[in-house]
Amino acid sequence: MNVIEMIEKEQMRLDIPDFKPGDTIRVHARIKEGEKERIQTFQGVVLRKRKGNTGATFTVRKVSYGIGVERIFPLHSPNIDRIEVITRGRVKRAKLYYLRKLRGKAARIKEKRT
Amino acid sequence: MGKKLIGKKLGMTRYFIEDGVSVPVTIIKAGPCVVIQKKSSEKDGYEAIQVGFETQEEKRVNQPLKGHFKAAGDIFCRYLAEIRVDDAAAFEVGQEIKSDIFEIGDIVQVSGRSKGRGFAGVTKRWGFSGGRKTHGSRSHRVPGSIGMSATPGRVFKGKKLPGRMGNQRITIKNLEILDLRPEQDIIALKGSVPGSRNSLVEIVKI
Repeated sequence: MNVIEMIEKEQMRLDIPDFKPGDTIRVHARIKEGEKERIQTFQGVVLRKRKGNTGATFTVRKVSYGIGVERIFPLHSPNIDRIEVITRGRVKRAKLYYLRKLRGKAARIKEKRT
Repeated sequence: MGKKLIGKKLGMTRYFIEDGVSVPVTIIKAGPCVVIQKKSSEKDGYEAIQVGFETQEEKRVNQPLKGHFKAAGDIFCRYLAEIRVDDAAAFEVGQEIKSDIFEIGDIVQVSGRSKGRGFAGVTKRWGFSGGRKTHGSRSHRVPGSIGMSATPGRVFKGKKLPGRMGNQRITIKNLEILDLRPEQDIIALKGSVPGSRNSLVEIVKI
Protein backbone atom coordinates (compact mmCIF):
# COMPACT_ATOMS: atom_id res chain seq x y z
CA MET A 1 0.00 0.00 0.00
CA ASN A 2 0.97 3.57 -0.64
CA VAL A 3 2.74 5.04 2.42
CA ILE A 4 0.58 8.17 2.53
CA GLU A 5 -2.61 6.10 2.42
CA MET A 6 -1.25 3.90 5.18
CA ILE A 7 -0.50 6.90 7.41
CA GLU A 8 -3.92 8.39 6.69
CA LYS A 9 -5.65 5.11 7.55
CA GLU A 10 -4.07 5.27 11.01
CA GLN A 11 -5.41 8.76 11.59
CA MET A 12 -8.93 7.92 10.48
CA ARG A 13 -11.69 7.18 12.95
CA LEU A 14 -13.61 3.99 12.50
CA ASP A 15 -16.17 4.66 15.25
CA ILE A 16 -18.10 7.27 13.23
CA PRO A 17 -21.54 5.91 12.23
CA ASP A 18 -22.61 5.86 8.61
CA PHE A 19 -24.79 8.82 7.64
CA LYS A 20 -25.74 10.47 4.38
CA PRO A 21 -26.84 13.91 3.18
CA GLY A 22 -30.45 14.44 4.21
CA ASP A 23 -30.06 12.67 7.53
CA THR A 24 -30.64 14.58 10.73
CA ILE A 25 -27.71 14.08 13.09
CA ARG A 26 -26.56 15.34 16.44
CA VAL A 27 -22.82 16.06 16.69
CA HIS A 28 -21.24 16.05 20.14
CA ALA A 29 -18.23 18.33 19.74
CA ARG A 30 -15.53 18.83 22.35
CA ILE A 31 -14.88 22.47 23.11
CA LYS A 32 -11.95 23.71 25.13
CA GLU A 33 -12.44 26.88 27.14
CA GLY A 34 -9.18 27.73 28.86
CA GLU A 35 -8.47 24.71 31.02
CA LYS A 36 -11.99 23.26 31.03
CA GLU A 37 -13.34 20.99 28.37
CA ARG A 38 -17.02 20.57 27.70
CA ILE A 39 -19.21 18.96 25.10
CA GLN A 40 -21.49 20.97 22.87
CA THR A 41 -24.16 19.41 20.69
CA PHE A 42 -25.16 20.62 17.26
CA GLN A 43 -28.24 19.07 15.70
CA GLY A 44 -29.27 19.56 12.11
CA VAL A 45 -29.52 18.24 8.59
CA VAL A 46 -26.42 17.00 6.76
CA LEU A 47 -26.06 19.20 3.68
CA ARG A 48 -23.08 17.50 2.16
CA LYS A 49 -20.18 15.14 2.74
CA ARG A 50 -16.78 15.71 1.19
CA LYS A 51 -14.54 12.73 0.61
CA GLY A 52 -10.78 12.43 1.05
CA ASN A 53 -9.38 10.11 3.72
CA THR A 54 -8.29 12.28 6.66
CA GLY A 55 -9.41 15.46 4.93
CA ALA A 56 -13.07 14.43 4.73
CA THR A 57 -15.60 16.93 6.08
CA PHE A 58 -19.35 17.21 6.44
CA THR A 59 -21.66 20.21 6.75
CA VAL A 60 -24.58 20.33 9.17
CA ARG A 61 -27.31 22.96 8.85
CA LYS A 62 -29.87 23.99 11.40
CA VAL A 63 -32.21 26.93 11.77
CA SER A 64 -31.65 28.66 15.09
CA TYR A 65 -34.11 31.40 16.09
CA GLY A 66 -35.05 31.90 12.44
CA ILE A 67 -31.43 32.17 11.29
CA GLY A 68 -29.77 29.42 9.29
CA VAL A 69 -26.53 28.18 10.87
CA GLU A 70 -24.11 25.84 9.10
CA ARG A 71 -21.10 24.15 10.66
CA ILE A 72 -18.41 22.25 8.84
CA PHE A 73 -16.79 19.43 10.82
CA PRO A 74 -13.72 17.41 9.83
CA LEU A 75 -15.06 13.86 9.80
CA HIS A 76 -11.99 12.38 11.50
CA SER A 77 -11.31 15.17 13.97
CA PRO A 78 -10.58 14.02 17.54
CA ASN A 79 -12.72 16.97 18.66
CA ILE A 80 -15.83 15.06 17.69
CA ASP A 81 -16.88 13.05 20.71
CA ARG A 82 -19.62 11.11 18.95
CA ILE A 83 -22.31 11.43 16.30
CA GLU A 84 -25.92 10.33 16.75
CA VAL A 85 -28.11 9.68 13.73
CA ILE A 86 -31.62 10.86 14.58
CA THR A 87 -33.53 10.31 11.33
CA ARG A 88 -32.66 9.08 7.87
CA GLY A 89 -33.92 11.39 5.15
CA ARG A 90 -35.08 10.51 1.66
CA VAL A 91 -33.39 12.93 -0.77
CA LYS A 92 -32.55 12.80 -4.46
CA ARG A 93 -29.35 14.88 -4.36
CA ALA A 94 -25.88 14.39 -2.90
CA LYS A 95 -25.53 18.12 -2.04
CA LEU A 96 -28.61 19.71 -0.53
CA TYR A 97 -27.72 23.35 -1.20
CA TYR A 98 -31.35 23.99 -2.29
CA LEU A 99 -32.36 23.82 1.37
CA ARG A 100 -30.72 27.21 1.96
CA LYS A 101 -33.39 28.96 -0.08
CA LEU A 102 -36.27 27.16 1.60
CA ARG A 103 -37.77 27.91 4.98
CA GLY A 104 -40.49 26.54 7.20
CA LYS A 105 -42.63 23.71 5.86
CA ALA A 106 -40.88 23.65 2.48
CA ALA A 107 -37.52 22.89 4.12
CA ARG A 108 -38.74 19.60 5.58
CA ILE A 109 -37.18 16.34 4.41
CA LYS A 110 -39.25 13.18 4.12
CA GLU A 111 -38.10 10.33 6.28
CA LYS A 112 -36.72 7.28 4.55
CA ARG A 113 -39.02 4.29 4.64
CA THR A 114 -37.32 1.16 5.81
CA MET B 1 27.25 19.20 12.00
CA GLY B 2 26.69 15.79 10.59
CA LYS B 3 23.01 15.16 11.22
CA LYS B 4 21.95 15.02 7.63
CA LEU B 5 20.02 12.56 5.47
CA ILE B 6 19.05 12.22 1.85
CA GLY B 7 15.41 11.47 1.21
CA LYS B 8 12.57 11.43 -1.21
CA LYS B 9 9.41 13.50 -0.90
CA LEU B 10 6.41 11.17 -0.91
CA GLY B 11 3.61 13.69 -0.65
CA MET B 12 1.51 15.67 1.78
CA THR B 13 -1.35 14.91 4.12
CA ARG B 14 -2.63 16.22 7.43
CA TYR B 15 -2.19 15.27 11.07
CA PHE B 16 -4.55 15.96 13.92
CA ILE B 17 -2.32 17.10 16.79
CA GLU B 18 -3.32 17.94 20.36
CA ASP B 19 -6.56 19.94 20.77
CA GLY B 20 -7.71 18.45 17.46
CA VAL B 21 -5.83 21.03 15.40
CA SER B 22 -5.24 19.86 11.85
CA VAL B 23 -1.75 20.64 10.54
CA PRO B 24 -0.32 20.15 7.03
CA VAL B 25 2.38 17.49 6.97
CA THR B 26 4.94 16.40 4.38
CA ILE B 27 5.87 12.72 4.35
CA ILE B 28 9.48 12.00 3.40
CA LYS B 29 11.18 8.67 2.88
CA ALA B 30 14.48 9.54 4.57
CA GLY B 31 17.38 7.15 4.15
CA PRO B 32 18.69 4.60 4.62
CA CYS B 33 21.91 6.17 3.37
CA VAL B 34 24.88 3.84 2.86
CA VAL B 35 28.39 5.12 3.44
CA ILE B 36 30.25 4.75 0.12
CA GLN B 37 33.45 6.65 0.80
CA LYS B 38 35.23 8.39 3.66
CA LYS B 39 37.05 11.66 3.11
CA SER B 40 39.79 12.67 5.53
CA SER B 41 41.51 15.97 6.17
CA GLU B 42 44.93 14.42 5.36
CA LYS B 43 43.91 13.18 1.95
CA ASP B 44 41.04 15.41 0.84
CA GLY B 45 41.53 18.50 3.02
CA TYR B 46 38.24 18.07 4.89
CA GLU B 47 36.35 15.48 6.90
CA ALA B 48 33.24 14.08 5.26
CA ILE B 49 31.48 10.90 4.29
CA GLN B 50 29.96 10.19 0.92
CA VAL B 51 26.62 8.42 1.11
CA GLY B 52 24.43 6.75 -1.45
CA PHE B 53 20.63 6.67 -1.46
CA GLU B 54 18.34 4.16 -3.16
CA THR B 55 20.07 1.06 -4.40
CA GLN B 56 19.64 -0.01 -8.00
CA GLU B 57 20.82 -2.69 -10.41
CA GLU B 58 24.46 -2.85 -11.35
CA LYS B 59 23.72 -2.56 -15.07
CA ARG B 60 22.10 0.84 -14.57
CA VAL B 61 25.34 2.41 -13.26
CA ASN B 62 27.83 3.86 -15.73
CA GLN B 63 31.37 2.53 -15.93
CA PRO B 64 33.24 5.20 -13.91
CA LEU B 65 30.74 4.99 -11.03
CA LYS B 66 30.74 1.20 -11.21
CA GLY B 67 34.37 1.14 -10.10
CA HIS B 68 33.60 3.60 -7.34
CA PHE B 69 30.73 1.46 -6.03
CA LYS B 70 32.76 -1.77 -6.37
CA ALA B 71 35.36 -0.27 -4.02
CA ALA B 72 32.60 0.25 -1.47
CA GLY B 73 31.60 -3.39 -1.63
CA ASP B 74 29.13 -3.74 -4.52
CA ILE B 75 26.54 -1.23 -3.29
CA PHE B 76 25.04 0.47 -6.35
CA CYS B 77 23.11 3.65 -5.63
CA ARG B 78 21.03 6.03 -7.67
CA TYR B 79 22.02 9.17 -5.81
CA LEU B 80 25.24 10.25 -4.10
CA ALA B 81 25.74 13.05 -1.62
CA GLU B 82 28.32 14.21 0.86
CA ILE B 83 27.81 14.78 4.56
CA ARG B 84 30.34 16.89 6.46
CA VAL B 85 31.21 15.25 9.75
CA ASP B 86 33.69 16.04 12.53
CA ASP B 87 35.39 12.67 12.38
CA ALA B 88 34.96 10.52 9.29
CA ALA B 89 37.01 7.70 10.84
CA ALA B 90 34.10 6.98 13.17
CA PHE B 91 32.11 5.66 10.20
CA GLU B 92 32.65 2.50 8.20
CA VAL B 93 32.15 1.96 4.49
CA GLY B 94 28.88 0.08 4.00
CA GLN B 95 27.38 1.38 7.22
CA GLU B 96 23.73 2.43 7.00
CA ILE B 97 22.60 5.79 8.36
CA LYS B 98 18.90 5.71 9.15
CA SER B 99 16.33 8.26 10.19
CA ASP B 100 16.77 7.37 13.88
CA ILE B 101 19.54 9.99 14.03
CA PHE B 102 16.66 12.48 14.39
CA GLU B 103 14.11 12.68 17.19
CA ILE B 104 10.49 13.73 17.27
CA GLY B 105 10.38 17.46 17.96
CA ASP B 106 13.70 18.23 16.24
CA ILE B 107 13.82 21.34 14.08
CA VAL B 108 15.31 20.70 10.63
CA GLN B 109 15.87 22.46 7.33
CA VAL B 110 15.08 20.84 4.01
CA SER B 111 16.70 21.61 0.66
CA GLY B 112 15.41 20.49 -2.67
CA ARG B 113 14.81 21.51 -6.23
CA SER B 114 11.57 23.44 -6.68
CA LYS B 115 9.03 22.62 -9.39
CA GLY B 116 9.95 24.21 -12.71
CA ARG B 117 7.37 26.73 -13.95
CA GLY B 118 9.06 27.41 -17.32
CA PHE B 119 9.07 30.92 -18.76
CA ALA B 120 6.69 32.69 -16.40
CA GLY B 121 5.22 36.18 -16.62
CA VAL B 122 5.45 38.84 -13.91
CA THR B 123 2.06 38.05 -12.39
CA LYS B 124 3.07 34.50 -11.54
CA ARG B 125 6.79 35.07 -11.03
CA TRP B 126 6.79 38.26 -8.95
CA GLY B 127 3.17 38.60 -7.87
CA PHE B 128 2.42 41.79 -9.87
CA SER B 129 -1.23 42.66 -9.55
CA GLY B 130 -1.78 43.23 -13.29
CA GLY B 131 -4.48 45.34 -14.85
CA ARG B 132 -8.27 45.19 -14.84
CA LYS B 133 -9.89 42.25 -16.54
CA THR B 134 -12.94 44.19 -17.82
CA HIS B 135 -14.20 47.74 -18.33
CA GLY B 136 -12.29 48.19 -21.59
CA SER B 137 -8.93 47.30 -20.10
CA ARG B 138 -6.54 45.63 -22.49
CA SER B 139 -3.65 45.15 -20.09
CA HIS B 140 -4.43 42.05 -18.05
CA ARG B 141 -1.17 40.42 -16.96
CA VAL B 142 1.42 42.81 -18.42
CA PRO B 143 4.25 44.38 -16.37
CA GLY B 144 3.43 47.97 -17.42
CA SER B 145 6.19 50.59 -17.51
CA ILE B 146 9.63 49.23 -16.71
CA GLY B 147 11.36 52.59 -16.16
CA MET B 148 11.55 56.35 -16.74
CA SER B 149 12.50 58.40 -19.84
CA ALA B 150 15.79 60.16 -20.68
CA THR B 151 16.78 60.15 -17.00
CA PRO B 152 18.09 57.54 -16.32
CA GLY B 153 17.59 56.39 -19.93
CA ARG B 154 18.05 52.75 -19.04
CA VAL B 155 16.29 49.96 -17.15
CA PHE B 156 17.59 49.49 -13.64
CA LYS B 157 19.51 46.33 -12.86
CA GLY B 158 17.51 43.70 -11.04
CA LYS B 159 14.19 44.92 -12.49
CA LYS B 160 11.57 42.21 -12.01
CA LEU B 161 10.70 40.92 -15.47
CA PRO B 162 9.38 37.67 -16.98
CA GLY B 163 11.75 34.72 -17.15
CA ARG B 164 12.49 31.18 -16.05
CA MET B 165 10.85 30.36 -12.75
CA GLY B 166 11.38 27.47 -10.38
CA ASN B 167 13.74 24.53 -10.87
CA GLN B 168 16.10 26.13 -8.33
CA ARG B 169 17.60 24.83 -5.15
CA ILE B 170 15.38 26.08 -2.33
CA THR B 171 15.96 25.66 1.41
CA ILE B 172 13.09 25.78 3.87
CA LYS B 173 14.16 26.30 7.47
CA ASN B 174 12.53 25.57 10.83
CA LEU B 175 10.41 22.54 10.01
CA GLU B 176 9.41 20.45 12.99
CA ILE B 177 9.54 16.66 12.96
CA LEU B 178 6.05 15.52 14.00
CA ASP B 179 6.43 11.81 13.40
CA LEU B 180 9.32 9.44 12.92
CA ARG B 181 9.29 5.77 11.95
CA PRO B 182 12.85 4.50 11.51
CA GLU B 183 11.66 0.95 10.73
CA GLN B 184 9.86 2.30 7.65
CA ASP B 185 12.35 5.17 7.03
CA ILE B 186 9.52 7.70 7.21
CA ILE B 187 9.70 11.24 8.54
CA ALA B 188 6.69 13.54 8.84
CA LEU B 189 7.50 17.25 8.81
CA LYS B 190 5.16 20.06 9.71
CA GLY B 191 4.77 22.26 6.64
CA SER B 192 5.73 21.96 2.99
CA VAL B 193 9.07 21.25 1.31
CA PRO B 194 10.29 22.20 -2.17
CA GLY B 195 9.85 19.95 -5.18
CA SER B 196 7.34 17.55 -6.59
CA ARG B 197 6.51 14.07 -5.36
CA ASN B 198 9.45 11.65 -5.66
CA SER B 199 11.95 14.51 -5.81
CA LEU B 200 15.20 14.33 -3.89
CA VAL B 201 15.51 16.33 -0.67
CA GLU B 202 18.23 16.88 1.93
CA ILE B 203 17.23 17.00 5.58
CA VAL B 204 19.67 18.74 7.94
CA LYS B 205 19.26 19.25 11.65
CA ILE B 206 19.67 22.87 12.76
